Amino acid sequence: MAENIEVDIKVPNQTRYLGLIGKIGEDIARTLKRYRGDREELAYHMNLVLTEAMTNAIRHANEDDPAREVHITISIVDRTLSIKVYDQGQGFDVTTLPTPDFRGLNEHGRGVYIIRSIMDTVCYRRHNKGHVLEMTKVLP
Amino acid sequence: MILKIEEQGQVVLIEIKEERLDAHNSGELKAEMLKLFDEGKNNILIDLKDVRFVDSSGLGSLVSGFKNASARNGNLKLCGLQPQVKSMFELTRLHRVFEIFPGAEEALASF
Repeated sequence: MAENIEVDIKVPNQTRYLGLIGKIGEDIARTLKRYRGDREELAYHMNLVLTEAMTNAIRHANEDDPAREVHITISIVDRTLSIKVYDQGQGFDVTTLPTPDFRGLNEHGRGVYIIRSIMDTVCYRRHNKGHVLEMTKVLP
Repeated sequence: MILKIEEQGQVVLIEIKEERLDAHNSGELKAEMLKLFDEGKNNILIDLKDVRFVDSSGLGSLVSGFKNASARNGNLKLCGLQPQVKSMFELTRLHRVFEIFPGAEEALASF
């Protein structure tokens, strides 16, 4: 039997909701019936990707405006994990940022590198009045 | 953010009593460390034993503390990393930057 999951959630544009969304990602990883990899690692990675992508949407795209909203969808269909984070901003294309210089001690710039390291594909495009960061990964 | 801060000789031990160190609360840790630097306390040990999750902002706050301590001829060291947290330091190569100890006792003795 196919194990298809889709979660759709909207939260205010505030970092206080990062933990809630990260936890939902972790719980999905722990609940998957047929996952053959390291489940706790997948849980951490889902929490991390959701946290990093939401932080970019909240801080950069939505410019910390508490009146805006972040829309997140998490789906697993035919072993492909797809995470989409929709913002309501002018656009902050994380896919064009350079890989951080690991010799330097920069305080910022690691979030996108982390997303790219974990997910197979990362793409940022226009959507309605904002943008969407789409990330996919084929699960073992 | 809940922090337990205590002086142990020349070292200030900060225990982070939170499950997450992330974009929501890492600014507070950074501000707390800046306060210590202003008071001339430049040797800091951060105990992460209660922290289950760190994101890039959390790492950024630790890098900020490390840079400030080093610039003042002090040091910032870490201890008590849970395995998943440790793997974050490896992913971002920061395990080569920080001195990381299993527990607070060994870390305190190293200053």
